[in-house]
Amino acid sequence: MGNHSDDHPAKPEGTSEVEAKAGQTVLDKFENPGLPPHRPRLADTEPRAAKRAERQVVVLFLISVIGTLLFFFAYFGVHLDQSIGALRLQNMLLGLGTAFAMLGIGTGIVHWAKTLMPDHEVSEERHELRSEADRQDAVEIADTIIEEAGIKRRPLIRNTLIGAIALAPLPAIVMFRDLDLNPDVNKLRHTMWKEGTRLVKDPTGTPIKAADVTIGSAFHVIPEGLNELEEGKLNEKAKAVVLLMRLNPDELHPSPGREDWGYNGIVAYSKICTHVGCPVALYEQQTHHLLCPCHQSTFDLTQECKVIFGPAKRPLPQLPIKVDAEGYLVAQSDFHEPVGPSYWERG
Amino acid sequence: MSTATTTHSTASAEPEFVPSTKVGRITNFVDQRVGGSGILKEFGRKVFPDHWTFMFGEVALYSFIILLLSGTFLTFFFDPSMAETHYQGSYVPMKGLEMSVAYNSSLNISFDIRGGLFIRQVHHWAALLFVASVAVHMLRVFFTGAFRKPRELNWVVGGTLVILSMAAGFTGYSLPDDLLSGNGLRIIDGVIKSIPIVGSYISFFLFGGEFPGTAIIGRLYVLHILLIPAIILLMIVIHLFMVVVHKHTQYPGPGRNDNNVVGYPLGPVYAAKAGGFFFIVFGIIALMAAFFTINPIWNYGPYDPSPVSAGTQPDWYIGWVDGALRLMPGWLWDFPFEWNIPLPWGTNTLTLNVLLPALVPAGIVFTVLFTYPWIERWITKDDKEHHVLDRPRNAPTRTAIGMAGFTFYCVMWAAASSDLIATHFHVSLNDVTYWLRTLFFIGPIIAFQVTKRIALALQRKDREIVLHGRETGRIIRLPHGEYKEKHAQLDEYKLYRLVSFDSKKVIPGQPNEKGIVVRKEKRRAWLSRFFFEDRVAPVTPAEHRAALEHAAHEEHADHEALEGSHDKSLTH
Repeated sequence: MGNHSDDHPAKPEGTSEVEAKAGQTVLDKFENPGLPPHRPRLADTEPRAAKRAERQVVVLFLISVIGTLLFFFAYFGVHLDQSIGALRLQNMLLGLGTAFAMLGIGTGIVHWAKTLMPDHEVSEERHELRSEADRQDAVEIADTIIEEAGIKRRPLIRNTLIGAIALAPLPAIVMFRDLDLNPDVNKLRHTMWKEGTRLVKDPTGTPIKAADVTIGSAFHVIPEGLNELEEGKLNEKAKAVVLLMRLNPDELHPSPGREDWGYNGIVAYSKICTHVGCPVALYEQQTHHLLCPCHQSTFDLTQECKVIFGPAKRPLPQLPIKVDAEGYLVAQSDFHEPVGPSYWERG
Repeated sequence: MSTATTTHSTASAEPEFVPSTKVGRITNFVDQRVGGSGILKEFGRKVFPDHWTFMFGEVALYSFIILLLSGTFLTFFFDPSMAETHYQGSYVPMKGLEMSVAYNSSLNISFDIRGGLFIRQVHHWAALLFVASVAVHMLRVFFTGAFRKPRELNWVVGGTLVILSMAAGFTGYSLPDDLLSGNGLRIIDGVIKSIPIVGSYISFFLFGGEFPGTAIIGRLYVLHILLIPAIILLMIVIHLFMVVVHKHTQYPGPGRNDNNVVGYPLGPVYAAKAGGFFFIVFGIIALMAAFFTINPIWNYGPYDPSPVSAGTQPDWYIGWVDGALRLMPGWLWDFPFEWNIPLPWGTNTLTLNVLLPALVPAGIVFTVLFTYPWIERWITKDDKEHHVLDRPRNAPTRTAIGMAGFTFYCVMWAAASSDLIATHFHVSLNDVTYWLRTLFFIGPIIAFQVTKRIALALQRKDREIVLHGRETGRIIRLPHGEYKEKHAQLDEYKLYRLVSFDSKKVIPGQPNEKGIVVRKEKRRAWLSRFFFEDRVAPVTPAEHRAALEHAAHEEHADHEALEGSHDKSLTH
């Protein structure tokens, strides 16, 4: 039984022993031998060892002082000259100085505690959080409070109060309604592209001639005029970026109605992944696959960017293009469907 | 924490206490003005058990303090605005580039403010360490059963802290407005838009219009530097207050039981070790910030919706959610996971290929996490207070459940690096994904079985050591040619640690007052069997005595064989 003889008598389940050895004699439990004998450390018995430990602690604290000085040396002594090298050196020395300053104090104190402070393990009785009598009183008080308030006897008062309390926080939530003064879901349906918008290179804004697009090449494209926007440039760019590629026309298999969306094997597709909207920036020339680097959705260019692997479900929307009088590539219209990730009202 | 301060106006008849030491005079001075003697009496020599695994929670606390210190410094220089500006700082490759003010000030902190880069790296490393230590601390508490009565509520507070630490990390990660974190926000936007009915509107409200807008950085800034840290701080206070109320748990061992607490007094030893440890944590983080670059935003460039670099990775603690997004297929053979549902007012889109991975795995993990203490208490019908921890091997099923959950998490976490796994090990990216999709389902089952077998095997090993002693490495050869290794009995202290655990048993379905075993009780009985039917019981004293007698007998026989035959003189 060891030290277990003083179990809480009020516990209905009985003591741990009774649980642990159902059907055996009460004595069939190992005796708790008590704390193992204390083994003195070297510094407890040898004055020389204690002296040595003391010196070690002092040295560690002095290392901390040196670390702090090193920090000041790095801060005032290393001059940043716009080169990465100087910055790296300063960062390293500042870090080393701080590390020594902190580690010196930390290891010193811990070493002091471990070698010179008393290491006798002591045992302290746990007291129950609350005595049984206290708990009983508390329950009674709670019952009395509820009883005197009459909450149970007057359900109408209680229910209207619950209703009022449930409604009261709603204004605080509704207040956030104006985080966007004009939330128009239709904005997600349209981009900057319209008939005659030239395809220009991202980010320079140079127009692209159809003759410049060789077979196997790929261009990152933005609509002309995007760079000149004063407001909302990134918002427009986040919807309008396009990938332009040229294949052998035999490899493309346009579905009915899309035969004239490309030009001589040149096709343009939205660069915004239909999964959660990362830019689909990787184009494998050999396989004609487009890969999204965020979650590895893979689109097959030869099948109108159908999903062949990964978490996306819809093909990338295609931008219908043609060639204007000067031989530059222009859009025939906007995209025929919303670009980017799906949303509830998309359908 | 003034739980035990008692202010008693003593009658003046008592002679006034005059301290004789200098420290005593200071203590007395403070006590006479603010009355701290009660607190000192209560806490000054409070006993704390000591074990190296109790350090994880400390690391979490200290890295949070370091986060507050370094973060405060950063706020003096950071400007959370998305207005456009042109870079004029001293990093040559970006001179004249158009960028947001937030990114610009992050670059200035890195390149023009001395020590700014160091503090940025301290802050980021401390954040990674904070979430990591919170997670490891949680695993320690789970596997040792420290969440049992009376500590269930503190387990819930801890679970809240896990979620808060991830939220703090993510909001901070997005602040510099660089290309990498901008893509992270883009993914969040896509996930929010997949929520039925309200998703598009939540996205518009969050970004103040379409993505990326000009509001999000400022809003995340308020969350990151004010709201979330304040709640974390409040939760930490509650967490530690409950630790003091419950007193710390202790590992099983000689002299320890559920009614006492064995360890070192708070002052001086525990205070010195814990206080010194703060400086050690700070020093280690400073070393990491000195030598290991973290989040080099100047390599990524300002946020732009068009470019993206291959091998984009979230910070490690968001990895599991990102990994779940990667694992979910958009098509399962010819079955699509996105449906257009015709409804009376038009057609609406349900994006299960985004919604499911974003909600379900995290939902499972956190639901089990928060409810587990109650589930286990219901199954075991164990309503006692526990202050002595379980060794993980002595709760095989719980340990196996924990490892199953851990494996579930790690599969998703690994999936967040599927592209890097493929490039580093020269395997096909698609194969990595197929394997991880398989492991997502069977990994936890394998982990459960393997862990449970290991735990049971370790328990049997403990029994064997108790019954047959430890191997000494001494080999003897008997006259008839047999070789034997000598075993030595354990001393009573080591022995007690191996036999003193509380071994739960199957509790069959109990009839209620009408004598019927209701269906819920049958379910509980089934789970109880699942938990405990293959238990390994601790050695009883009777078994131990029998084993000792057997050993003594053998010992005697060997001794006889070795020494006996020629010593036996006829005359005695």
